[in-house]
Parts: sequence; structure tokens; C-alpha cells
Amino acid sequence: MQYALLIYYKPGTNEALGADDYEAVHREYMALKDTPGMFGGASLHPVETATTVRLRDDQLLVTDGPFADTKEIFAGFYLLEADDLDRATEVAARIPAVRLGGSVEIRPIVTDQS
Amino acid sequence: MIEEVFRDQWGRVLASLIGYFGDWDLAEDAAAEAFAIAAQRWPSDGVPDQPAAWLVTTARRRAIDRLRRDRVLATKLRLLAAAEPPAWEDPAEDIVDSTAIPDERLELVFMCCHPALAVEAQVALTLRAVGGLSTEEIARAFLVPPETMKRRLTRAKAKIKVAGIPFGVPSGPRLPERLGAILAVVYLIFNEGYGDPDRPALAAEAIRLGRVLAVLLPAQPEVLGLLALMLLHDSRRETRFADNEHGPDLVLLPDQDRSRWDWRQIAEGRALLDRALTDAAGRPGPYVIQAAIASLQAQEQLDWPQISVLYGRLAELTGSPVVRLNRAVAVAEADGPAAALAIVDRLDLPDYQYWHSTRAELLRRLGRRDEARAAFQRALDLARTGPERRFLERRIAES
Repeated sequence: MQYALLIYYKPGTNEALGADDYEAVHREYMALKDTPGMFGGASLHPVETATTVRLRDDQLLVTDGPFADTKEIFAGFYLLEADDLDRATEVAARIPAVRLGGSVEIRPIVTDQS
Repeated sequence: MIEEVFRDQWGRVLASLIGYFGDWDLAEDAAAEAFAIAAQRWPSDGVPDQPAAWLVTTARRRAIDRLRRDRVLATKLRLLAAAEPPAWEDPAEDIVDSTAIPDERLELVFMCCHPALAVEAQVALTLRAVGGLSTEEIARAFLVPPETMKRRLTRAKAKIKVAGIPFGVPSGPRLPERLGAILAVVYLIFNEGYGDPDRPALAAEAIRLGRVLAVLLPAQPEVLGLLALMLLHDSRRETRFADNEHGPDLVLLPDQDRSRWDWRQIAEGRALLDRALTDAAGRPGPYVIQAAIASLQAQEQLDWPQISVLYGRLAELTGSPVVRLNRAVAVAEADGPAAALAIVDRLDLPDYQYWHSTRAELLRRLGRRDEARAAFQRALDLARTGPERRFLERRIAES
């Protein structure tokens, strides 16, 4: 099974961390990439840098900011190969966002087999 | 007779097939086909010595037969290539010994009650897969249209497959938590049936599930505690409602006819409770404590001080305000209504019918009639079932 682990943050979480804690959390994210089964992922720049594209009255509309104002911000993702949902959950639970007040959404990836 | 065998065997057969094929829909179709063949043959041929083995063998062969014919399912065939001998004739021959078919119902229960599924889906799947109820029967029990229940089950099965919800028993530190979810599902089914005189079948179904769990997990005190609790409550089933012209009326514990309680069932519940208390080694969990309370409630002279102590321990374990409310009821009997009202007024459960009705009852006993009537009225506004409404209406009229 392949899963995307989608990482959500409460705004201001990183800013609230001290420099040392921020460094430690960053190292945790890097270390997670070495988890067996990890095959991809990305970390995203802050939501202030986002640009959204949509179609309005057949006109391409390009706007500053994310597509929707939400309480939690999509911050990045991992791609994981795991035997089942319980294994994927074990890995997701180790992502720092979980203990920092954010959350991780586990989504199965569409593959040739599924 | 055959119907009974079917109900008893369904969970075992389905579990074995899901374990074998790793695919719920395929397993369910194959199981249904095998049961249909059995329904044709067993009345004339007789029930085989090992009905589960017969059904599993027949279902496996039918499913593999279908898979081989169905080229679209070629990917699944690869899984099977090594698994099965090629020839099958009459399923009555060459039946796998039932000792060779492992009992995988526990794996199935953990899959059905996985926390990644909504609780209502867990309930429906458990009744369908382990309890062997049809979709229509489950829909009727939960008062929803069959189409709604069918969609609920279909969506849950799709999630199991696509999200990779495992067929297996969790190990280590996750086990108690996951077991707790299973017990909660069974107890929820029980309470749906127990609280409503029109749906007693659900309580019986929950007890059947509880018995299965007690066979599969005999060393877990909470499993035995839950079964004991359900048996003890259910033993008073016949006396909890009294019929009158409006429909059934609620009869409170002190007014129930003890001679009509099911004393054999009470004895069974108490024996299970003793086992659970021994196994819990001085640290009983919430179901064992509730069973102990139910056992005390079946005594002729109610030991209210002891009951209130047990509710106190349960409240410490669960932190539940509803449990504290129950403790107050026991305190009222042991120490009087004023002490109980002090506990009740410290709780804040404005949307909970029984908080209002308990307060009302205590106020009534203290002679504070206007406050009592207002509280009974609040409880009545929140009451759902007919017997409860009529009980509260009577109280309001009397006060």
C-alpha cells in the first residue's frame, strides 16, 4: 500500500518555538526521510508565499494567498510504502506536527493495483 | 435448526475467507454462495460433522472457480496460483479438517472495530460480519431504511480495502486501547436494545457477540466483565416494563418482580464476574466494576453504601460525570437525598435527561416541590422513549 502523509500546522507554531527547538524539530523531519518505506515528500514554504489559480467567467484568475482560509495550514507531505494503515499510522504519529498541535492526514495513493 | 447453524457459523466462515483471500467482497460473495448450497443440500443430506470446514471448503472452491473464469480479476489470480490444488468435485469429499481452519474471528472483529471507521460503521460491520445479521435486519434494528444501511456498509468496506485497514490482532501497547473500542461497540449494541422495549433483539445479539469474545479472549478480565454486565442487566429484562393501555411503562428496580428475573442468567453473570475479578488481580477495569454493581443490584437487600463505593471507583477510573450522577443515586439511598443533591448540583449536564430527572427526584424527596416539578419538566423535554415520557408525566402530575 502507498500512502501520502499530509502534514497540517496551526499558524505560528514554528515561530513559537525557540531557535534550538526549531533546529531539533527540523532534524526530526530530516531523519524521518530515512524511515523504511519512505519514497518521497516535500516541505512547503509558508502560506504567505502561496498563489492560487482558478477560472472565473472563463477568465484565469490569479490571486495571492492559499485557496481557502483554514485553521490549519498544509505544510508538507511524505510518501510512504507500508503494509497497512496501522503501519502508516505508526509513522504518522512520529511526525512532529502531531505533538505540536497540528495533525497528519493519511491518504491512500491511487496505484495500478488499487 | 439449519438457520441456527448458519448464524453460528457465518462469522467463522467469513473470517476464514477474508483471511484467505484478503478481500472482503470476494469473501462475502463466496460465503453467501456456500451457505446457499448448504441450504439446498443439508435438509436432505443432513448437517455435516464439521459445518464450518464444509462451508469454508465449498466457498473457497467456488471463489477460486470464479476467479479463474474471470479474466478481469487476473491480478488476484496471481495471489492464488500457489494456494490451491486444481481439481474440485463434490465439496462433500475431501473437506478440510476444521482443526486446520484457524478461527480468525478475532482478526475480523478488530478489523470491523478499527478506529479509522466511524462508530456507526463499526457497529454495522460487526453485526453483519461477526453476528451474521442481514443488511435488512441491521437496518430494521437501527430504524433506518435498508438502502441507507446498505450504503453505510458498502462505504465502510470500500474504506477497509482502499485505506488498507488490516485484518489482524494488534500487539503490544495498542491492544488494550483497540480492545476497548471493540467492547464499546458491543456495549453500544446492547444498550440500543436494552433501552428500547421494541428492539430486544439487539441486546440478545450483543450478548452473543460478548460470548464469542469471551471464547476468543478468555484471559481479558474486561471481556468477561462486559459479558457478565450484559447478562446481569438482561436478566431483569422481563420486569423492566409493565404493559398498560398506552404501551409499556418503566418499572424501577425496587418495584420489579424479583421472581420473574432470570436467575440462571444471574448465576452465569456472577460466575463470570468472579473469574474476571480474580484475573483483574485487584485492579478491575470499568466493565468489571459495572458488572459488580449490577450483581449487587440483584441482591434482595440492596447494599447501597457498597454500591456507592463502587461507583466512586468507577468515577475515578473514567472521570465521567454520568458515573458521578449514578453514584449520587446510590448516595441518596445510603446517606439521604441532601448529600446526593450536593453531588448532583456540582455536576453540570444541562442536556442530559437523567441529570434533570435525578435532581427532580431528590428535590421531590426533600419536599422542594416547585423545583422538582420544573426539573421533571426539563427531563420530559429531553426524553426519547415512550415509557420514559409516561413515567415523567406521572411524576409531574403527582408533584
